[in-house]
Amino acid sequence: MTDIITITDLHKSFGTQKVLDGVNLKIEKGKITIIIGKSGTGKSVLLKNIIGILKPDSGHITYKGEDITTFNTDKILDMRRDFGYLFQDAALFDFMNVGENIAFPMVEQLEMANKKELAEKVAYLLDLIDLPGIENKLPSELSGGMRKRVGLARALAVDPKIILFDEPTTGLDPILADSIDKLIVKVTREMDLTSLIISHDIPSAFHIGDKIAFLYDGVIAFDGTPQEAEQSNHPVLQRFIANSLGRRAHA
Amino acid sequence: MITVGHFVIYLRRVFSQLFKPPFRFSQFFEHLEKIGVDSTLVVVLSTTTTGMILALQLGYIMRMFHAEMFVGSAVAMALSRELAPIMTAIVLIARNGSSMAAEIGSMRVTEQLDAMEIMAVDPIHYLVVPRVWAAFFIFPVLTAVANIVGIAGAYFVSTTVFQVDASLFFQKIYLFLDPNDVYSGLMKSAILGVIVALISTYNGYITKGGAKGVGRATTTAVVTSTVAVLVADYIMTDILLNTLMRAG
Repeated sequence: MTDIITITDLHKSFGTQKVLDGVNLKIEKGKITIIIGKSGTGKSVLLKNIIGILKPDSGHITYKGEDITTFNTDKILDMRRDFGYLFQDAALFDFMNVGENIAFPMVEQLEMANKKELAEKVAYLLDLIDLPGIENKLPSELSGGMRKRVGLARALAVDPKIILFDEPTTGLDPILADSIDKLIVKVTREMDLTSLIISHDIPSAFHIGDKIAFLYDGVIAFDGTPQEAEQSNHPVLQRFIANSLGRRAHA
Repeated sequence: MITVGHFVIYLRRVFSQLFKPPFRFSQFFEHLEKIGVDSTLVVVLSTTTTGMILALQLGYIMRMFHAEMFVGSAVAMALSRELAPIMTAIVLIARNGSSMAAEIGSMRVTEQLDAMEIMAVDPIHYLVVPRVWAAFFIFPVLTAVANIVGIAGAYFVSTTVFQVDASLFFQKIYLFLDPNDVYSGLMKSAILGVIVALISTYNGYITKGGAKGVGRATTTAVVTSTVAVLVADYIMTDILLNTLMRAG
């Protein structure tokens, strides 16, 4: 299996606080990779380094054979055309309705101007996320789960090759979380995407992940399949898994 | 110093994007309407009363010298040179500067600006540039409206309270009001519009820390814009008095 993104010895600090302290990770093409770790360990920082919102202090992120940490603004913008990103709270533009939100990247990135084509693509994407006919609703009229689905539709609008998910199931009840998980698997398989998810929802990670990476103390302390993670003798990972599952069972 | 440095970097980014296509006309007209049409009533009310108050104050002083007929020209000069641009700017800071900071600030804390960047759209080009252009064009228009309604307010007070003859009121304005008084006020207003838009959007753009941060950004935008407008007005007045007025 080929690696689509390779992260090598990535460091990032904010002032005196070291967040990433030598991260090494390979993201396989066509797979769902889930980065787990406690809150505040730098999972979002890692994702933002990959997409070029943050610049690492040192280290390399290779995409299509090129080190994106050396890219200038134009090359980063160009690279981002291959990426979709689902934010934790979906980050829908609150001054636009759902249809305009989904059409936004098509208009801006793909320079699509034909209103009929745009409307058709928006309708197709809303069908894909099982929310047909809500084009004219405002983001403020949507529930948390609906917002995430619409955020996913917007992320898929430009036919990305890689899609990054920032805590896609956080704040959702188990049934909604499960429906989002199923949607992630569906779009990854049907659209031949590579999905990189950051999460601390362990049951969800083990349920849908092809590969689990555990970010701890600024480094990837473990990476492997969910089965390998369960059998790993890494004490912190085991404690993290046990605590998360225990909390879910308790709930 | 760090804030000034960041603001200078921000200014460079904004100015480098001002003439960069695509020109976002729909956003431009939307903000033109938001600042212009939606704020007209507030500007009209505040500057009409300003014109009336000024006429009342000047009228009582001038009556001592039997010079009430000059109230109109004095008010017209004060309004067109100083009061209309400043009053308009302060009203628009309170109404639009604050909303620019709050809108962009809440987009920052809800990651909407990050989302825009990820979709290869520069938030400065999409959100800030149309606001700056709209402020540049609409501030002078509202200032012109402020001039007219302020003089109308002075006319009402002069003719009713001080029984100044209507034709005398306008004749004195015509005699003493230099077109350069009006031009200088409108020019200042356009620049004040840009200053208000830049400071307000900057404070929104750098917002941190959730709803509290948005509130802080809005307050800072209003306070900083108000002080900046007064300081800039003094500097521009000095320059204009030494150039335009002297030439006139």
